[in-house]
Amino acid sequence: MIAALAVVAPPDVGSFGYIAGQLLDGLVTALKLTGATLLIALPLALLLAILSDSRLAVARWPALVVVELGRGLPLLILLYLMYQGLPQLAVTLSSFTTALIAFSWATAAYATEIVRGSLGAIPRGQFEAARAVGLSSGDVYRFAILPQAGRVALPPLLNLAIQIFQLTSITFVIGLPEIMQHAYLGTTVNFLYMKTFLMAGALYAAIALPGSALVGILDKRLSRHVQTV
Amino acid sequence: MGDELSHILPGLRDTAIITCGAYLIGAVLGAFVAAARRVRRRPVRLLAWSLVELVRAVPVLVWLFLVFYGLPQYGISFSPVVAATLTLGVIASSYLSEIYRGGLAAIGRGQWDASAALGLSRRDTALRVIVPQTLRVSGPAMAGYGIWLLKDSALASTIGVVELTYRASAEAQSTGKGMTVFAIVGVIYLLLGLPLALASRSVDRRMRSRWSMS
Repeated sequence: MIAALAVVAPPDVGSFGYIAGQLLDGLVTALKLTGATLLIALPLALLLAILSDSRLAVARWPALVVVELGRGLPLLILLYLMYQGLPQLAVTLSSFTTALIAFSWATAAYATEIVRGSLGAIPRGQFEAARAVGLSSGDVYRFAILPQAGRVALPPLLNLAIQIFQLTSITFVIGLPEIMQHAYLGTTVNFLYMKTFLMAGALYAAIALPGSALVGILDKRLSRHVQTV
Repeated sequence: MGDELSHILPGLRDTAIITCGAYLIGAVLGAFVAAARRVRRRPVRLLAWSLVELVRAVPVLVWLFLVFYGLPQYGISFSPVVAATLTLGVIASSYLSEIYRGGLAAIGRGQWDASAALGLSRRDTALRVIVPQTLRVSGPAMAGYGIWLLKDSALASTIGVVELTYRASAEAQSTGKGMTVFAIVGVIYLLLGLPLALASRSVDRRMRSRWSMS
């Protein structure tokens, strides 16, 4: 009898453990969105970076427009554009796919700038030297340029990844069950706004703070051969 | 399209209030934070540093919810516009303080020494020699942050501020023309950011020509 009661007794929705469990459920969704976004956005960024430095105007201009829109518009607007805009064109997607498109667009745009910067940081002599030893233009990138540019681009790209993780909070508005969605729904039954949102904030910080500290260390290690002026 | 535009445009007022208000708060508060990070006392420096790190480690949306939903539990409640302006203002102060710090670091010790040699007080040195140069160095980054803040102001819609994004979302829901509505509001945001983007570039160019850097 007592055991049966314990089973039907509602959980203490205001307890630390209960809220933490809900938020961790949300964390999984947030990390999935972050990971999927990076998988799509990073190759796209490399493509956009190469296109936007192309000599062909037909290749350059579309790439620049995509990048400028992705960087210039609030991510929330991109998100609503997909969420409330695509149905006007009779396209209806899940909230995860919707968020993934908007996030990939914005992330690719920011990453393009990082990649372009890193390619620009490679001295011209590296291209010429690689050509001079007989590498094809594809191999010049593969063996000479990209490994060097990667060192420059990696720390800022990782910082971008942390920012994207934090930005997954805004998918709250389209009902994606990530951390803030769980937190908000939690407060509608426990009314513990401060406690719940503080715990959500702490969860984001628990990822972001060690993350950016590690990126800082990596940055120092990767650039130790670089002379500082 | 004119219909949609006339329903969205009134949101411009609150977007402007929040963006400008938060920037002002951030610009002033950020100066104090940047100063606190350069004082001799280590605990003060440490406190300022941890505040900056903490503010940035937590997403903007979470801060907005803490202030708008959390604080009223302790008897402190603000209207949505005030809550958004204050919250974004404090966040802006942490980013702007970093920008100021970068600017300060770019100014050589020699400026302080030379001012001291000329008999300027520390206060005069700071206000008349260091600050003007810092602002010149930090100008492009400060304009760039303005764009960032404008974009962040869209998040105020989540706590019920009836600004551009809120109005656009409501309009999209009532008309079903989400694509049209968000294309319009997207253009509005781009137009609002354009002067700042141009300012950031022209300050940048002027500064380079003056100091003949690269």
